[in-house]
Amino acid sequence: MSVDFEKLAQEEYKYGFVTDVEQEIVPKGLNEDTIRLISSKKNEPEWLLEWRLGAYERWKKMNEPRWAFLRYPKIDFNDISYYAAPKSNPRPKSLDEIDPEIKETYDKLGIPLEEQKMLAGVAVDAVFDSVSVFTTFKEKLAEEGVIFCSISEAVEEHPGLVRKYLGSVVPRGDNFYAALNSAVFTDGSFVYVPKGVRCPMELSTYFRINAENTGQFERTLIIAEEGSYVSYLEGCTAPQRDDSQLHAAVVELIAHDDATIKYSTIQNWYPGDKQGKGGIYNFVTKRGRCVGRASRISWTQVETGSAITWKYPSCVLEGDNSVGEFYSVALTNRLQQADTGTKMVHVGKNTSSTIISKGISAGEGQNIYRGLVEIGKNAEKARNYTQCDSMLIGDRCGAHTFPYIEVKNSTAHMEHEASTSKIGEDQMFYCRQRGLSAEDAVSLIVNGFCKEVFKELPFEFAVEAEKLLSVSLEGSVG
Amino acid sequence: MLEVRNLHVQVDDKEILKGLNITVAPGEVHSIMGPNGSGKSTLAQVLAGKETYEVTEGEITFQGKDLIDLEPEERACEGIFLAFQYPVEIPGVANTYLLREALNAKREYWNEKPLKHVEFAKLAREKMRELGIDEDLLKRSVNTGFSGGEKKRNEVFQMQILEPRLSVLDETDSGLDIDALKIVANGVNSMRGTERSFIVITHYQRLLNYIVPDFVHVMVDGKIVKSGGKELAQELEEKGYAGF
Ligand SMILES: Nc1ncnc2c1ncn2[C@@H]1O[C@H](COP(=O)(O)OP(=O)(O)OP(=O)(O)O)[C@@H](O)[C@H]1O
Ligand SMILES: [Mg+2]
Repeated sequence: MSVDFEKLAQEEYKYGFVTDVEQEIVPKGLNEDTIRLISSKKNEPEWLLEWRLGAYERWKKMNEPRWAFLRYPKIDFNDISYYAAPKSNPRPKSLDEIDPEIKETYDKLGIPLEEQKMLAGVAVDAVFDSVSVFTTFKEKLAEEGVIFCSISEAVEEHPGLVRKYLGSVVPRGDNFYAALNSAVFTDGSFVYVPKGVRCPMELSTYFRINAENTGQFERTLIIAEEGSYVSYLEGCTAPQRDDSQLHAAVVELIAHDDATIKYSTIQNWYPGDKQGKGGIYNFVTKRGRCVGRASRISWTQVETGSAITWKYPSCVLEGDNSVGEFYSVALTNRLQQADTGTKMVHVGKNTSSTIISKGISAGEGQNIYRGLVEIGKNAEKARNYTQCDSMLIGDRCGAHTFPYIEVKNSTAHMEHEASTSKIGEDQMFYCRQRGLSAEDAVSLIVNGFCKEVFKELPFEFAVEAEKLLSVSLEGSVG
Repeated sequence: MLEVRNLHVQVDDKEILKGLNITVAPGEVHSIMGPNGSGKSTLAQVLAGKETYEVTEGEITFQGKDLIDLEPEERACEGIFLAFQYPVEIPGVANTYLLREALNAKREYWNEKPLKHVEFAKLAREKMRELGIDEDLLKRSVNTGFSGGEKKRNEVFQMQILEPRLSVLDETDSGLDIDALKIVANGVNSMRGTERSFIVITHYQRLLNYIVPDFVHVMVDGKIVKSGGKELAQELEEKGYAGF
């Protein structure tokens, strides 16, 4: 009569519904024409089209990375459609102009677009397949000089900034998926916080994949000028479908002197069913440059969705005294696989980085932490603290850690801690003896395990994250 | 209240309890004493439903219900509480949080409304004061970094909040200083009543000066070999277990 960890009562994915809107979907296939089509749909300037085509040239010569600890069928890049957008008003000026179906979708997802219904103090950019359908609180933010809009809009309205920074953190030929994204990216968010401004609200982007057989390739660019502060959060969901879908995003962050960017992700893409059918393939390149002195970039991620996750939010610590942080919870249940971690590249003096990674594997999930801490030869007195903890629930899942360290300066101070534990039978029994069901006990213990990461999330979302984790764990014990 | 008949329990093919009998009526306090390894904690854990122990023979009934088929949480909700010999640490989970979840799980089981935050906080503060527990302990992670004595006191605190019908205290007195011992004993005594029963496992007669038992049982090699009144504890203190 032991806890039956294997009895997987497949829990419905709450966000698996499909929105019935008329959509324009370009024919499947990847070639120059596709790229020209995307670019023309967005009225892009010539330089951007050239930039895309250059990325495509590079991509064609690249190979899909195979070093990750992930197993998935070969992706046919010609069997994907690269652009899908609702046919209704492409850039509504007010809420009334939004297709009611789309509005309802966001209501159902718990992200009402009416400003008065929003969580107090959170502005939202809503991205539906390939396009941003609405951005809230734009005017209010503009009063402070903060620009928050879709990247397509930024290309039109703030071409100078986009041209200056696009690809300055993740060059278009950086890696296979980044090159692909650079060639075909469709939308995403753009944030600019001027000098000395503390952004008065949380900014967030809500990514929704709706169309079938399409990929989502969004691109986000955040620039924090000297002495500014911004906290940004992204959330993601997708319908439940039998075919896997590709999501390959690029996020670039730039922090100038004394600026702080906090970037949080709650990733809950459709994970596939219990046989591993369907689910999102999530191949993401996220990187921030701390170009300024004493600048700070902090990544916090809660990854519970997707069939495949390949993601290493990184910091390049160029400015002296700059700080990079990575706080991660990755949960894999059923047949999910995650290969995730971070890169901390110390270039400047007195730079410091902190990595706290919590991997939870349940069902037949595979969870890999892969991290690199690189201390450059001029990075005097750099410091890193790394802590990687893995928790296993049941005995068909797996956890692996690959921490790489390269130190080229002998004044560096490195600390590394790692642990792997099975969810304690004794802890379970203790909680159940007090009256908690097995499921509640698991969720309580796992949430405790993740506490250090959750406390880094903006308060409004920490509660969400805890709930999400509990839901994602449902069915992991019988 | 509790009736254990001819209980045989094994773990990894090794028999630990070998035909144990004990009957506890409502309102009674029973003390179990016995040498190390005789099976006292095993009995406690089996009553609470620990799954690593296999019941191969015998019966356990609790308030007329067959206990063996119930999950640990069902037993807890039915009113069985175990104060662990070694309370478990749960990092990152606030002590109050676990306890409120536990109390509300139990209330839900009995179709009662969950207790609101403020109501719970009030209740917890009251009990804490009675037990001389530092409020700080409530906010800290469950048992994490608690001293031995703090862990034991925390168990009694949980017992006070959950108000079980049958409490099994497994060496709750071990490692306590004399003041703490009195506090723990008061914690038990204040709950004694016609509807509540206790099984107190201890190595020391000393505790029984404070918690005066109705019965004392001697357990050796998986069986109760002798039962008597509170004077039996005194006898054991003097002569040890050599005679059994
Ligand atoms: N999970 C287990 N696996 C193997 N052996 C066990 C297990 N649990 C208990 N035992 C064995 O069963 C016997 C009884 O153990 P138990 O903990 O019940 O004794 P106890 O009377 O509580 O002793 P103490 O006074 O030292 O606390 C011991 O020999 C112990 O090693
Ligand atoms: Mg014992």
